[in-house]
Amino acid sequence: MSEFNVTKTLDTSGLSCPLPVVKTKKALKDIEVGDILEMISTDAGSIPDMEAWARQTGHELLESNDEGKTFRFFIKKTH
Amino acid sequence: MEHKPKKLALIASRGTLDWAYPPFILASAAAAMDWEVGIFFTFYGLPLLKKDLKATVSPGSNPAMPMKMPFGSEGFQNFNWPMPNILMNNVPGFEAMATTLMKKTFKNKGVASIEELREMCIDMDVKMIGCQMTMDVFGFKRDEFIDEVDVGGAAVFLEFAADANVSLFV
Repeated sequence: MSEFNVTKTLDTSGLSCPLPVVKTKKALKDIEVGDILEMISTDAGSIPDMEAWARQTGHELLESNDEGKTFRFFIKKTH
Repeated sequence: MEHKPKKLALIASRGTLDWAYPPFILASAAAAMDWEVGIFFTFYGLPLLKKDLKATVSPGSNPAMPMKMPFGSEGFQNFNWPMPNILMNNVPGFEAMATTLMKKTFKNKGVASIEELREMCIDMDVKMIGCQMTMDVFGFKRDEFIDEVDVGGAAVFLEFAADANVSLFV
């Protein structure tokens, strides 16, 4: 279990593609540059999707955790 | 971001419930990645921009479509119900039933509705171009469509798509 100083947690459990990335983008609007968003997903494709999303947006994906049926991401807002 | 955003140009030419998903899913995902996105809604795709969105699924034109039941045990739900064409094409109300089942199955799986995806696209400034010629041909009025539509023709879309990184016809 990672210890990040999380500013906001977004739970997208039960939601399918593309909602985890769309809701992540939206959630970033509510936090400041440098803040960390924790995102929880049950979408089986969310690890590769979030990695691609981070490469495209330039926000920093600090960590992706596969916890079985749940996936947990820590994202640092960079701009 | 300092650099120029990537750009996605889509043509949505089909209006059934199943075919309505690809353009809205791709558009919302791309917009979530800070891409600039434009969709040209033409022919049967144009009604997807109506205020009153009524996309249905047409099993008769999708012979490989698996039918899923949105209730019952997991095994029951996962079973692909074979639907003979004679049934799909001739039983009154079959389309309505198939549409209801598909909507319910999607909802159970956490898939957004077309209305929700369209709303998200609008929120993220996806450009929606409605085909003027299609409006004229099918006799649609401008006020049947949502306010966010930019009405235009092929040239408007092509100008948008000219420097797109990804262009797709759906």
